[in-house]
Amino acid sequence: MLNRLRFRQLKDRSAGLAMAVVAGLAAALVMLIVVGLLTRSWPLLGSRPLGELLTSSRWSPQRGEFGFLPFILGTLWVTTLAMVLAVPPCLLSAIYLSEYAPRRLREAIKPLLDLLAGIPSVVYGLWGVLVCVPLIRNTIAPWASQRLSFIPMLAVDNPTGYSTLAGGIVLAVMVFPVIISVTQEVIRAVPDGLREASLALGATRWQMIKGVVLRRSLPGVIAAVVLGFSRAFGETMAVMMVAGNVVQAPRSIFDAAYTLPALIANNYGEMMSIPLYDSALMTAALLLLMIVMLFTFAARAALLRAVRRAA
Amino acid sequence: MGKRIEERIVQALMIVALVSVIGSLVLILATVLIQGLPALSLEMLTQVPSGGYYLGGGGGILNAISGSLALAGGATAISFVVSLAVVLYLQVFARDSRFIHLIRLSLDILWGIPSIVYGAFGFTLLLLLGLRASLLGGIIALALLELPIMVRGMDEVMSMVPFELKEASYAVGATRLETALAVMVRQSLPGLLTALLLGLGRGIGDAASVLFTAGYTDRLPTSLLRPVASLPLAVFFQLGTPVPEVQQRAYAAALVLTAITFLLSLSTRLLGRKLSRNVIR
Repeated sequence: MLNRLRFRQLKDRSAGLAMAVVAGLAAALVMLIVVGLLTRSWPLLGSRPLGELLTSSRWSPQRGEFGFLPFILGTLWVTTLAMVLAVPPCLLSAIYLSEYAPRRLREAIKPLLDLLAGIPSVVYGLWGVLVCVPLIRNTIAPWASQRLSFIPMLAVDNPTGYSTLAGGIVLAVMVFPVIISVTQEVIRAVPDGLREASLALGATRWQMIKGVVLRRSLPGVIAAVVLGFSRAFGETMAVMMVAGNVVQAPRSIFDAAYTLPALIANNYGEMMSIPLYDSALMTAALLLLMIVMLFTFAARAALLRAVRRAA
Repeated sequence: MGKRIEERIVQALMIVALVSVIGSLVLILATVLIQGLPALSLEMLTQVPSGGYYLGGGGGILNAISGSLALAGGATAISFVVSLAVVLYLQVFARDSRFIHLIRLSLDILWGIPSIVYGAFGFTLLLLLGLRASLLGGIIALALLELPIMVRGMDEVMSMVPFELKEASYAVGATRLETALAVMVRQSLPGLLTALLLGLGRGIGDAASVLFTAGYTDRLPTSLLRPVASLPLAVFFQLGTPVPEVQQRAYAAALVLTAITFLLSLSTRLLGRKLSRNVIR
Protein backbone atom coordinates (compact mmCIF):
# COMPACT_ATOMS: atom_id res chain seq x y z
CA MET A 1 0.00 0.00 0.00
CA LEU A 2 2.71 2.43 1.07
CA ASN A 3 4.81 1.39 -1.88
CA ARG A 4 2.01 2.18 -4.25
CA LEU A 5 1.61 5.66 -2.78
CA ARG A 6 5.36 6.25 -3.10
CA PHE A 7 5.19 5.22 -6.71
CA ARG A 8 2.33 7.62 -7.42
CA GLN A 9 4.19 10.44 -5.72
CA LEU A 10 7.33 9.65 -7.65
CA LYS A 11 5.43 9.65 -10.91
CA ASP A 12 3.84 12.97 -9.98
CA ARG A 13 7.17 14.59 -9.12
CA SER A 14 8.94 13.42 -12.23
CA ALA A 15 6.06 14.48 -14.47
CA GLY A 16 6.06 17.89 -12.81
CA LEU A 17 9.78 18.23 -13.34
CA ALA A 18 9.57 17.18 -16.99
CA MET A 19 6.78 19.65 -17.67
CA ALA A 20 8.68 22.42 -15.91
CA VAL A 21 11.66 21.74 -18.17
CA VAL A 22 9.51 21.79 -21.31
CA ALA A 23 7.76 24.99 -20.20
CA GLY A 24 11.10 26.56 -19.36
CA LEU A 25 12.40 25.69 -22.82
CA ALA A 26 9.33 27.23 -24.41
CA ALA A 27 9.89 30.37 -22.38
CA ALA A 28 13.55 30.43 -23.42
CA LEU A 29 12.67 29.97 -27.09
CA VAL A 30 12.44 33.70 -27.75
CA MET A 31 15.94 34.17 -26.39
CA LEU A 32 17.19 31.16 -28.37
CA ILE A 33 15.81 32.61 -31.59
CA VAL A 34 17.37 36.01 -30.88
CA VAL A 35 20.74 34.44 -30.02
CA GLY A 36 20.60 32.09 -33.02
CA LEU A 37 19.89 34.87 -35.48
CA LEU A 38 22.38 37.18 -33.82
CA THR A 39 25.16 34.60 -34.16
CA ARG A 40 24.45 34.16 -37.86
CA SER A 41 24.21 37.88 -38.52
CA TRP A 42 27.29 38.77 -36.50
CA PRO A 43 29.76 38.54 -39.43
CA LEU A 44 27.89 41.46 -41.03
CA LEU A 45 26.86 43.34 -37.90
CA GLY A 46 30.39 43.18 -36.52
CA SER A 47 32.02 44.44 -39.69
CA ARG A 48 29.94 47.55 -40.35
CA PRO A 49 28.41 50.21 -38.13
CA LEU A 50 24.73 49.54 -37.46
CA GLY A 51 23.78 53.10 -38.41
CA GLU A 52 25.28 52.63 -41.85
CA LEU A 53 23.43 49.36 -42.43
CA LEU A 54 20.12 50.92 -41.46
CA THR A 55 20.46 54.22 -43.32
CA SER A 56 22.32 53.30 -46.49
CA SER A 57 20.29 52.55 -49.57
CA ARG A 58 23.07 50.89 -51.50
CA TRP A 59 22.34 47.18 -51.86
CA SER A 60 24.82 45.20 -53.87
CA PRO A 61 25.84 41.93 -52.23
CA GLN A 62 28.46 41.14 -54.88
CA ARG A 63 30.34 44.32 -53.97
CA GLY A 64 29.75 43.82 -50.29
CA GLU A 65 27.30 46.71 -49.96
CA PHE A 66 24.40 46.02 -47.64
CA GLY A 67 22.12 48.98 -47.05
CA PHE A 68 18.75 47.94 -45.61
CA LEU A 69 17.00 51.28 -46.00
CA PRO A 70 15.09 50.46 -49.22
CA PHE A 71 13.68 47.31 -47.62
CA ILE A 72 12.80 49.01 -44.35
CA LEU A 73 11.05 51.83 -46.21
CA GLY A 74 9.40 49.37 -48.59
CA THR A 75 7.98 47.38 -45.66
CA LEU A 76 6.79 50.56 -43.95
CA TRP A 77 5.11 51.83 -47.13
CA VAL A 78 3.26 48.62 -47.83
CA THR A 79 2.23 48.09 -44.21
CA THR A 80 1.14 51.68 -43.63
CA LEU A 81 -0.87 51.70 -46.82
CA ALA A 82 -2.50 48.43 -45.77
CA MET A 83 -3.48 49.92 -42.43
CA VAL A 84 -4.86 53.07 -44.04
CA LEU A 85 -7.02 50.86 -46.24
CA ALA A 86 -7.96 48.36 -43.52
CA VAL A 87 -8.58 50.33 -40.33
CA PRO A 88 -11.61 52.49 -41.27
CA PRO A 89 -13.75 49.68 -42.73
CA CYS A 90 -12.68 47.32 -39.94
CA LEU A 91 -13.63 49.74 -37.17
CA LEU A 92 -16.95 50.56 -38.82
CA SER A 93 -17.73 46.86 -39.34
CA ALA A 94 -16.76 45.97 -35.79
CA ILE A 95 -18.92 48.76 -34.37
CA TYR A 96 -21.81 47.70 -36.56
CA LEU A 97 -21.47 44.06 -35.58
CA SER A 98 -21.29 44.72 -31.85
CA GLU A 99 -23.72 47.64 -31.51
CA TYR A 100 -26.28 47.45 -34.30
CA ALA A 101 -26.35 44.02 -35.90
CA PRO A 102 -28.93 41.48 -34.79
CA ARG A 103 -27.52 38.57 -32.85
CA ARG A 104 -28.02 36.13 -35.69
CA LEU A 105 -26.00 38.19 -38.13
CA ARG A 106 -23.22 38.51 -35.58
CA GLU A 107 -23.21 34.78 -35.00
CA ALA A 108 -23.23 34.08 -38.72
CA ILE A 109 -20.27 36.35 -39.41
CA LYS A 110 -17.99 35.12 -36.66
CA PRO A 111 -17.32 31.67 -38.17
CA LEU A 112 -16.92 33.34 -41.55
CA LEU A 113 -14.19 35.57 -40.15
CA ASP A 114 -12.51 32.58 -38.49
CA LEU A 115 -12.63 30.72 -41.77
CA LEU A 116 -11.08 33.61 -43.60
CA ALA A 117 -8.38 34.13 -40.99
CA GLY A 118 -7.33 30.57 -41.81
CA ILE A 119 -6.87 31.04 -45.56
CA PRO A 120 -3.19 30.51 -46.36
CA SER A 121 -1.23 33.57 -47.40
CA VAL A 122 -0.27 32.16 -50.81
CA VAL A 123 -3.98 32.05 -51.64
CA TYR A 124 -4.28 35.73 -50.79
CA GLY A 125 -1.21 36.26 -52.96
CA LEU A 126 -2.76 34.34 -55.82
CA TRP A 127 -5.86 36.51 -55.56
CA GLY A 128 -3.63 39.57 -55.65
CA VAL A 129 -1.90 38.36 -58.81
CA LEU A 130 -5.13 37.41 -60.56
CA VAL A 131 -7.36 40.30 -59.48
CA CYS A 132 -5.57 43.24 -57.82
CA VAL A 133 -2.54 43.54 -60.10
CA PRO A 134 -4.57 43.57 -63.37
CA LEU A 135 -7.05 45.97 -61.79
CA ILE A 136 -4.26 48.38 -60.91
CA ARG A 137 -2.50 47.94 -64.26
CA ASN A 138 -5.57 48.35 -66.43
CA THR A 139 -7.87 50.62 -64.46
CA ILE A 140 -6.52 52.37 -61.38
CA ALA A 141 -3.06 53.36 -62.64
CA PRO A 142 -4.21 54.77 -66.02
CA TRP A 143 -6.96 56.71 -64.27
CA ALA A 144 -4.56 58.07 -61.65
CA SER A 145 -1.96 59.06 -64.23
CA GLN A 146 -4.59 61.10 -66.07
CA ARG A 147 -6.21 62.79 -63.12
CA LEU A 148 -3.97 62.63 -60.09
CA SER A 149 -0.40 62.63 -61.34
CA PHE A 150 0.26 66.09 -59.86
CA ILE A 151 0.36 64.46 -56.41
CA PRO A 152 3.84 62.93 -56.03
CA MET A 153 2.58 60.02 -53.92
CA LEU A 154 0.25 59.00 -56.74
CA ALA A 155 2.59 59.41 -59.70
CA VAL A 156 2.63 56.45 -62.09
CA ASP A 157 6.06 55.38 -63.34
CA ASN A 158 5.49 51.67 -63.21
CA PRO A 159 3.15 50.16 -65.79
CA THR A 160 3.21 46.57 -64.49
CA GLY A 161 0.67 46.82 -61.68
CA TYR A 162 3.02 44.93 -59.34
CA SER A 163 3.23 47.74 -56.81
CA THR A 164 3.08 49.03 -53.26
CA LEU A 165 -0.64 49.51 -53.77
CA ALA A 166 -1.17 45.87 -54.76
CA GLY A 167 0.76 44.76 -51.67
CA GLY A 168 -1.25 47.17 -49.53
CA ILE A 169 -4.60 45.93 -50.80
CA VAL A 170 -3.74 42.25 -50.32
CA LEU A 171 -2.37 42.88 -46.83
CA ALA A 172 -5.39 44.98 -45.89
CA VAL A 173 -7.74 42.13 -46.77
CA MET A 174 -5.52 39.71 -44.86
CA VAL A 175 -5.71 41.72 -41.63
CA PHE A 176 -9.48 42.33 -41.82
CA PRO A 177 -10.37 39.29 -39.68
CA VAL A 178 -7.68 40.05 -37.06
CA ILE A 179 -8.65 43.68 -36.52
CA ILE A 180 -12.40 43.10 -36.66
CA SER A 181 -12.47 40.23 -34.19
CA VAL A 182 -10.20 41.93 -31.63
CA THR A 183 -12.02 45.27 -31.91
CA GLN A 184 -15.38 43.57 -31.56
CA GLU A 185 -14.23 41.81 -28.41
CA VAL A 186 -12.93 45.02 -26.88
CA ILE A 187 -16.11 46.93 -27.68
CA ARG A 188 -18.30 44.24 -26.21
CA ALA A 189 -16.33 44.39 -22.97
CA VAL A 190 -17.74 47.88 -22.28
CA PRO A 191 -20.41 47.46 -19.57
CA ASP A 192 -24.01 47.80 -20.77
CA GLY A 193 -24.86 50.08 -17.86
CA LEU A 194 -22.80 52.84 -19.43
CA ARG A 195 -24.63 52.45 -22.73
CA GLU A 196 -28.01 52.59 -21.00
CA ALA A 197 -27.04 55.68 -18.99
CA SER A 198 -26.04 57.48 -22.14
CA LEU A 199 -29.16 56.49 -24.05
CA ALA A 200 -31.32 57.46 -21.06
CA LEU A 201 -29.93 61.00 -21.32
CA GLY A 202 -31.35 61.25 -24.83
CA ALA A 203 -28.26 60.46 -26.88
CA THR A 204 -28.72 58.75 -30.23
CA ARG A 205 -27.03 55.41 -30.68
CA TRP A 206 -24.13 56.91 -32.60
CA GLN A 207 -23.67 59.69 -30.02
CA MET A 208 -23.61 57.01 -27.34
CA ILE A 209 -21.04 55.02 -29.29
CA LYS A 210 -18.87 58.05 -29.97
CA GLY A 211 -19.02 59.50 -26.49
CA VAL A 212 -19.04 56.37 -24.36
CA VAL A 213 -18.16 53.13 -26.12
CA LEU A 214 -15.31 54.32 -28.31
CA ARG A 215 -13.83 56.57 -25.66
CA ARG A 216 -13.93 53.74 -23.20
CA SER A 217 -12.47 51.11 -25.54
CA LEU A 218 -9.87 53.30 -27.22
CA PRO A 219 -6.79 51.54 -25.79
CA GLY A 220 -8.20 48.20 -26.88
CA VAL A 221 -8.93 49.48 -30.36
CA ILE A 222 -5.36 50.76 -30.56
CA ALA A 223 -4.14 47.34 -29.48
CA ALA A 224 -6.19 45.74 -32.25
CA VAL A 225 -4.66 48.07 -34.82
CA VAL A 226 -1.14 47.44 -33.52
CA LEU A 227 -1.76 43.68 -33.70
CA GLY A 228 -2.91 44.04 -37.28
CA PHE A 229 0.09 46.19 -38.13
CA SER A 230 2.48 43.70 -36.64
CA ARG A 231 0.82 40.82 -38.49
CA ALA A 232 1.03 42.74 -41.76
CA PHE A 233 4.63 43.76 -41.13
CA GLY A 234 5.93 40.22 -41.10
CA GLU A 235 3.75 38.82 -43.87
CA THR A 236 5.93 37.32 -46.55
CA MET A 237 4.48 35.36 -49.42
CA ALA A 238 1.39 37.37 -50.30
CA VAL A 239 3.30 40.64 -50.45
CA MET A 240 6.24 39.12 -52.28
CA MET A 241 3.91 37.83 -54.99
CA VAL A 242 2.36 41.21 -55.80
CA ALA A 243 4.61 44.08 -54.68
CA GLY A 244 7.14 43.93 -57.51
CA ASN A 245 10.34 43.43 -55.49
CA VAL A 246 12.56 46.17 -56.94
CA VAL A 247 15.35 47.40 -54.68
CA GLN A 248 14.30 51.03 -54.24
CA ALA A 249 12.57 53.20 -51.69
CA PRO A 250 9.04 53.68 -53.10
CA ARG A 251 8.06 57.29 -53.74
CA SER A 252 4.55 56.64 -55.00
CA ILE A 253 1.98 53.96 -54.23
CA PHE A 254 2.35 52.80 -57.83
CA ASP A 255 6.10 52.15 -57.43
CA ALA A 256 7.30 48.63 -56.78
CA ALA A 257 8.29 47.85 -53.20
CA TYR A 258 10.64 45.28 -51.72
CA THR A 259 9.86 44.26 -48.15
CA LEU A 260 12.20 42.78 -45.55
CA PRO A 261 10.43 39.39 -45.45
CA ALA A 262 10.41 39.24 -49.25
CA LEU A 263 14.14 39.99 -49.28
CA ILE A 264 14.78 36.96 -47.08
CA ALA A 265 12.45 34.63 -48.95
CA ASN A 266 13.56 35.65 -52.42
CA ASN A 267 17.28 35.21 -51.99
CA TYR A 268 17.73 32.16 -49.82
CA GLY A 269 18.83 30.16 -52.86
CA GLU A 270 21.93 32.16 -53.64
CA MET A 271 22.78 33.34 -50.18
CA MET A 272 25.42 30.72 -49.51
CA SER A 273 27.42 31.56 -52.64
CA ILE A 274 28.22 35.21 -51.92
CA PRO A 275 30.22 36.18 -48.83
CA LEU A 276 28.24 37.87 -46.05
CA TYR A 277 25.00 37.46 -48.03
CA ASP A 278 23.58 34.83 -45.67
CA SER A 279 24.62 36.98 -42.77
CA ALA A 280 22.77 39.93 -44.31
CA LEU A 281 19.58 37.92 -44.74
CA MET A 282 19.77 36.74 -41.14
CA THR A 283 20.26 40.39 -40.13
CA ALA A 284 17.05 41.17 -41.99
CA ALA A 285 15.29 38.40 -40.04
CA LEU A 286 16.69 39.79 -36.79
CA LEU A 287 15.51 43.31 -37.67
CA LEU A 288 12.07 41.96 -38.42
CA LEU A 289 12.00 40.06 -35.13
CA MET A 290 13.04 43.12 -33.13
CA ILE A 291 10.43 45.36 -34.74
CA VAL A 292 7.65 42.82 -34.26
CA MET A 293 8.65 42.29 -30.62
CA LEU A 294 8.37 46.02 -30.09
CA PHE A 295 4.85 45.96 -31.52
CA THR A 296 3.91 43.01 -29.32
CA PHE A 297 4.97 44.90 -26.22
CA ALA A 298 3.08 47.98 -27.37
CA ALA A 299 -0.09 45.98 -28.01
CA ARG A 300 0.22 44.25 -24.64
CA ALA A 301 0.60 47.54 -22.83
CA ALA A 302 -2.42 48.96 -24.63
CA LEU A 303 -4.51 45.85 -23.90
CA LEU A 304 -3.57 45.98 -20.22
CA ARG A 305 -4.75 49.58 -20.08
CA ALA A 306 -7.92 48.58 -21.89
CA VAL A 307 -8.69 45.86 -19.38
CA ARG A 308 -8.03 48.20 -16.48
CA ARG A 309 -10.21 50.91 -17.98
CA ALA A 310 -13.09 48.55 -18.68
CA ALA A 311 -13.08 47.13 -15.15
CA MET B 1 -32.37 67.08 -36.48
CA GLY B 2 -28.63 67.11 -37.17
CA LYS B 3 -27.98 64.18 -34.93
CA ARG B 4 -30.55 62.00 -36.70
CA ILE B 5 -28.94 62.72 -40.05
CA GLU B 6 -25.51 61.94 -38.60
CA GLU B 7 -26.87 58.67 -37.25
CA ARG B 8 -28.22 57.74 -40.68
CA ILE B 9 -24.98 58.60 -42.46
CA VAL B 10 -22.83 56.65 -40.03
CA GLN B 11 -25.11 53.63 -40.22
CA ALA B 12 -24.99 53.68 -43.98
CA LEU B 13 -21.19 53.90 -43.87
CA MET B 14 -21.04 50.95 -41.51
CA ILE B 15 -23.13 48.79 -43.76
CA VAL B 16 -21.01 49.77 -46.76
CA ALA B 17 -17.89 48.87 -44.75
CA LEU B 18 -19.25 45.50 -43.66
CA VAL B 19 -20.42 44.62 -47.14
CA SER B 20 -17.07 45.53 -48.66
CA VAL B 21 -15.17 43.52 -46.04
CA ILE B 22 -17.31 40.44 -46.53
CA GLY B 23 -17.43 41.07 -50.27
CA SER B 24 -13.67 41.15 -50.69
CA LEU B 25 -13.36 37.92 -48.78
CA VAL B 26 -16.06 36.26 -50.87
CA LEU B 27 -14.27 37.56 -53.96
CA ILE B 28 -11.11 35.72 -52.91
CA LEU B 29 -12.96 32.45 -52.54
CA ALA B 30 -14.77 32.97 -55.82
CA THR B 31 -11.47 33.67 -57.59
CA VAL B 32 -9.86 30.52 -56.27
CA LEU B 33 -12.92 28.44 -57.09
CA ILE B 34 -13.45 29.80 -60.60
CA GLN B 35 -9.79 29.58 -61.57
CA GLY B 36 -9.02 26.38 -59.73
CA LEU B 37 -11.97 24.17 -60.57
CA PRO B 38 -11.35 23.86 -64.34
CA ALA B 39 -7.71 23.03 -63.69
CA LEU B 40 -8.52 20.32 -61.18
CA SER B 41 -8.52 16.70 -62.34
CA LEU B 42 -7.99 13.23 -60.98
CA GLU B 43 -4.54 13.22 -62.53
CA MET B 44 -3.64 16.38 -60.58
CA LEU B 45 -4.54 14.72 -57.29
CA THR B 46 -3.10 11.25 -57.83
CA GLN B 47 0.17 11.65 -59.71
CA VAL B 48 3.54 13.17 -59.13
CA PRO B 49 5.08 15.46 -61.76
CA SER B 50 6.37 13.45 -64.71
CA GLY B 51 9.07 14.50 -67.17
CA GLY B 52 8.37 17.85 -68.81
CA TYR B 53 5.79 18.71 -66.16
CA TYR B 54 7.05 22.24 -65.75
CA LEU B 55 6.74 22.83 -69.50
CA GLY B 56 3.12 21.71 -69.49
CA GLY B 57 3.69 17.92 -69.55
CA GLY B 58 1.73 15.34 -67.57
CA GLY B 59 1.54 14.59 -63.90
CA GLY B 60 0.02 16.12 -60.81
CA ILE B 61 0.69 17.57 -57.39
CA LEU B 62 0.51 14.44 -55.25
CA ASN B 63 4.08 15.20 -54.18
CA ALA B 64 2.94 18.51 -52.72
CA ILE B 65 -0.24 17.14 -51.16
CA SER B 66 1.52 14.25 -49.43
CA GLY B 67 4.46 16.46 -48.51
CA SER B 68 2.20 19.01 -46.88
CA LEU B 69 0.36 16.31 -44.93
CA ALA B 70 3.64 14.82 -43.73
CA LEU B 71 5.07 18.20 -42.77
CA ALA B 72 1.99 19.52 -41.00
CA GLY B 73 1.11 16.14 -39.47
CA GLY B 74 4.56 15.67 -37.97
CA ALA B 75 4.79 19.25 -36.78
CA THR B 76 1.32 19.16 -35.25
CA ALA B 77 2.00 15.92 -33.39
CA ILE B 78 5.20 17.27 -31.85
CA SER B 79 3.71 20.64 -31.13
CA PHE B 80 0.63 19.12 -29.51
CA VAL B 81 2.64 17.07 -27.04
CA VAL B 82 4.87 20.01 -26.14
CA SER B 83 1.90 22.39 -25.86
CA LEU B 84 0.04 19.96 -23.61
CA ALA B 85 3.05 19.77 -21.30
CA VAL B 86 3.39 23.55 -21.19
CA VAL B 87 -0.30 24.14 -20.57
CA LEU B 88 -0.59 21.45 -17.88
CA TYR B 89 2.44 22.95 -16.22
CA LEU B 90 0.87 26.42 -16.31
CA GLN B 91 -2.53 25.22 -15.12
CA VAL B 92 -1.69 22.49 -12.61
CA PHE B 93 1.95 22.23 -11.61
CA ALA B 94 3.43 25.71 -11.55
CA ARG B 95 3.61 27.53 -8.25
CA ASP B 96 5.86 30.52 -8.91
CA SER B 97 3.60 33.17 -10.40
CA ARG B 98 6.52 35.15 -11.81
CA PHE B 99 7.66 32.12 -13.80
CA ILE B 100 4.09 31.63 -15.07
CA HIS B 101 4.01 35.26 -16.11
CA LEU B 102 7.35 34.92 -17.90
CA ILE B 103 6.18 31.85 -19.83
CA ARG B 104 2.97 33.56 -20.92
CA LEU B 105 4.84 36.70 -21.97
CA SER B 106 7.31 34.64 -23.95
CA LEU B 107 4.54 32.73 -25.70
CA ASP B 108 2.79 36.00 -26.53
CA ILE B 109 5.95 37.19 -28.23
CA LEU B 110 6.32 33.88 -30.07
CA TRP B 111 2.72 34.18 -31.26
CA GLY B 112 3.56 37.43 -33.01
CA ILE B 113 6.79 36.30 -34.67
CA PRO B 114 6.40 36.16 -38.47
CA SER B 115 6.73 32.75 -40.07
CA ILE B 116 9.69 33.83 -42.21
CA VAL B 117 11.64 34.40 -38.98
CA TYR B 118 10.82 30.84 -37.88
CA GLY B 119 12.06 29.76 -41.29
CA ALA B 120 15.32 31.66 -40.86
CA PHE B 121 15.78 30.31 -37.34
CA GLY B 122 14.97 26.79 -38.48
CA PHE B 123 17.59 27.15 -41.18
CA THR B 124 20.13 28.24 -38.55
CA LEU B 125 19.25 25.17 -36.50
CA LEU B 126 19.73 22.93 -39.54
CA LEU B 127 23.16 24.40 -40.20
CA LEU B 128 24.03 23.86 -36.55
CA LEU B 129 22.97 20.21 -36.75
CA GLY B 130 24.71 19.72 -40.08
CA LEU B 131 21.47 18.93 -41.90
CA ARG B 132 20.12 20.14 -45.22
CA ALA B 133 16.63 21.22 -46.22
CA SER B 134 14.49 18.17 -45.42
CA LEU B 135 11.21 16.87 -44.07
CA LEU B 136 12.74 16.94 -40.60
CA GLY B 137 13.82 20.57 -40.98
CA GLY B 138 10.37 21.58 -42.17
CA ILE B 139 8.73 19.74 -39.30
CA ILE B 140 10.95 21.54 -36.78
CA ALA B 141 10.21 24.99 -38.24
CA LEU B 142 6.47 24.33 -38.47
CA ALA B 143 6.34 22.87 -34.96
CA LEU B 144 7.89 26.08 -33.62
CA LEU B 145 5.37 28.12 -35.62
CA GLU B 146 2.41 26.11 -34.35
CA LEU B 147 3.51 25.97 -30.70
CA PRO B 148 2.33 29.42 -29.55
CA ILE B 149 -0.94 29.08 -31.48
CA MET B 150 -1.76 25.76 -29.84
CA VAL B 151 -0.64 26.79 -26.37
CA ARG B 152 -2.79 29.90 -26.50
CA GLY B 153 -5.89 27.94 -27.50
CA MET B 154 -5.31 25.16 -25.00
CA ASP B 155 -4.48 27.53 -22.17
CA GLU B 156 -7.73 29.34 -22.76
CA VAL B 157 -9.93 26.23 -22.63
CA MET B 158 -8.14 24.76 -19.63
CA SER B 159 -8.51 27.93 -17.62
CA MET B 160 -12.28 27.53 -18.08
CA VAL B 161 -12.39 24.20 -16.23
CA PRO B 162 -14.18 25.00 -12.96
CA PHE B 163 -11.81 25.28 -10.00
CA GLU B 164 -14.14 23.13 -7.89
CA LEU B 165 -13.46 20.12 -10.10
CA LYS B 166 -9.74 20.43 -9.43
CA GLU B 167 -10.40 20.82 -5.72
CA ALA B 168 -12.69 17.81 -5.67
CA SER B 169 -10.04 15.74 -7.37
CA TYR B 170 -7.39 16.72 -4.84
CA ALA B 171 -9.84 16.11 -2.03
CA VAL B 172 -10.25 12.46 -2.94
CA GLY B 173 -6.50 12.06 -2.82
CA ALA B 174 -5.47 12.32 -6.44
CA THR B 175 -2.00 13.61 -7.20
CA ARG B 176 -1.44 16.61 -9.48
CA LEU B 177 -0.58 14.37 -12.40
CA GLU B 178 -3.72 12.28 -11.93
CA THR B 179 -5.80 15.45 -11.64
CA ALA B 180 -4.18 16.86 -14.75
CA LEU B 181 -4.88 13.80 -16.87
CA ALA B 182 -8.20 12.59 -15.50
CA VAL B 183 -9.85 15.95 -14.84
CA MET B 184 -8.18 18.77 -16.72
CA VAL B 185 -7.46 16.99 -19.98
CA ARG B 186 -10.75 15.17 -20.10
CA GLN B 187 -12.77 18.25 -19.27
CA SER B 188 -11.10 20.36 -21.91
CA LEU B 189 -10.77 17.68 -24.59
CA PRO B 190 -12.98 19.37 -27.22
CA GLY B 191 -11.04 22.59 -26.80
CA LEU B 192 -7.73 20.78 -27.01
CA LEU B 193 -8.74 19.16 -30.28
CA THR B 194 -9.92 22.51 -31.60
CA ALA B 195 -6.51 23.97 -30.81
CA LEU B 196 -4.87 21.00 -32.51
CA LEU B 197 -6.86 21.50 -35.70
CA LEU B 198 -6.17 25.23 -35.61
CA GLY B 199 -2.45 24.52 -35.44
CA LEU B 200 -2.70 21.93 -38.19
CA GLY B 201 -4.50 24.40 -40.43
CA ARG B 202 -1.90 27.05 -39.82
CA GLY B 203 0.90 24.60 -40.42
CA ILE B 204 -0.48 23.26 -43.68
CA GLY B 205 -0.93 26.72 -45.14
CA ASP B 206 2.38 28.26 -44.21
CA ALA B 207 4.94 28.73 -46.94
CA ALA B 208 7.52 31.12 -45.55
CA SER B 209 8.77 28.81 -42.82
CA VAL B 210 9.21 25.74 -45.04
CA LEU B 211 10.86 27.63 -47.86
CA PHE B 212 14.36 27.29 -46.39
CA THR B 213 13.83 24.31 -44.22
CA ALA B 214 11.92 21.74 -46.27
CA GLY B 215 13.02 22.56 -49.81
CA TYR B 216 11.05 21.19 -52.75
CA THR B 217 11.05 17.99 -54.76
CA ASP B 218 9.01 16.17 -57.39
CA ARG B 219 9.10 12.93 -55.42
CA LEU B 220 6.89 11.62 -52.68
CA PRO B 221 8.19 12.01 -49.13
CA THR B 222 10.08 8.87 -48.14
CA SER B 223 12.71 9.91 -45.65
CA LEU B 224 12.96 12.43 -42.83
CA LEU B 225 16.27 13.59 -44.21
CA ARG B 226 15.19 14.26 -47.79
CA PRO B 227 13.54 17.44 -49.09
CA VAL B 228 9.74 17.43 -49.44
CA ALA B 229 7.30 19.41 -51.53
CA SER B 230 4.42 21.35 -50.01
CA LEU B 231 1.18 22.78 -51.33
CA PRO B 232 1.82 26.46 -50.57
CA LEU B 233 5.17 26.29 -52.32
CA ALA B 234 3.56 24.39 -55.21
CA VAL B 235 1.21 27.35 -55.64
CA PHE B 236 4.05 29.82 -55.39
CA PHE B 237 6.55 28.12 -57.71
CA GLN B 238 4.05 27.13 -60.38
CA LEU B 239 2.54 30.60 -60.47
CA GLY B 240 6.02 31.96 -61.07
CA THR B 241 6.57 29.99 -64.28
CA PRO B 242 5.84 31.55 -67.68
CA VAL B 243 3.91 28.51 -68.97
CA PRO B 244 0.10 29.00 -68.79
CA GLU B 245 -0.61 25.27 -68.27
CA VAL B 246 1.67 25.24 -65.24
CA GLN B 247 0.06 28.41 -63.88
CA GLN B 248 -3.29 26.64 -64.17
CA ARG B 249 -1.92 23.99 -61.84
CA ALA B 250 -1.03 26.67 -59.33
CA TYR B 251 -4.72 27.58 -59.25
CA ALA B 252 -5.65 23.94 -58.73
CA ALA B 253 -3.10 23.61 -55.94
CA ALA B 254 -4.51 26.74 -54.30
CA LEU B 255 -7.99 25.27 -54.50
CA VAL B 256 -6.86 22.02 -52.88
CA LEU B 257 -5.08 23.97 -50.14
CA THR B 258 -8.09 26.17 -49.48
CA ALA B 259 -10.39 23.14 -49.42
CA ILE B 260 -8.17 21.43 -46.84
CA THR B 261 -8.09 24.47 -44.54
CA PHE B 262 -11.87 24.81 -44.87
CA LEU B 263 -12.42 21.16 -44.04
CA LEU B 264 -10.24 21.56 -40.96
CA SER B 265 -12.11 24.67 -39.91
CA LEU B 266 -15.45 22.95 -40.41
CA SER B 267 -14.49 19.84 -38.51
CA THR B 268 -13.28 22.04 -35.67
CA ARG B 269 -16.81 23.38 -35.28
CA LEU B 270 -18.46 19.97 -35.53
CA LEU B 271 -15.98 18.32 -33.16
CA GLY B 272 -16.40 21.10 -30.63
CA ARG B 273 -20.13 20.53 -30.57
CA LYS B 274 -20.05 16.76 -30.46
CA LEU B 275 -17.37 16.26 -27.84
CA SER B 276 -18.59 18.86 -25.39
CA ARG B 277 -21.52 16.65 -24.37
CA ASN B 278 -19.55 14.98 -21.57
CA VAL B 279 -18.10 18.12 -20.12
CA ILE B 280 -19.26 19.24 -16.67
CA ARG B 281 -19.79 23.00 -16.46
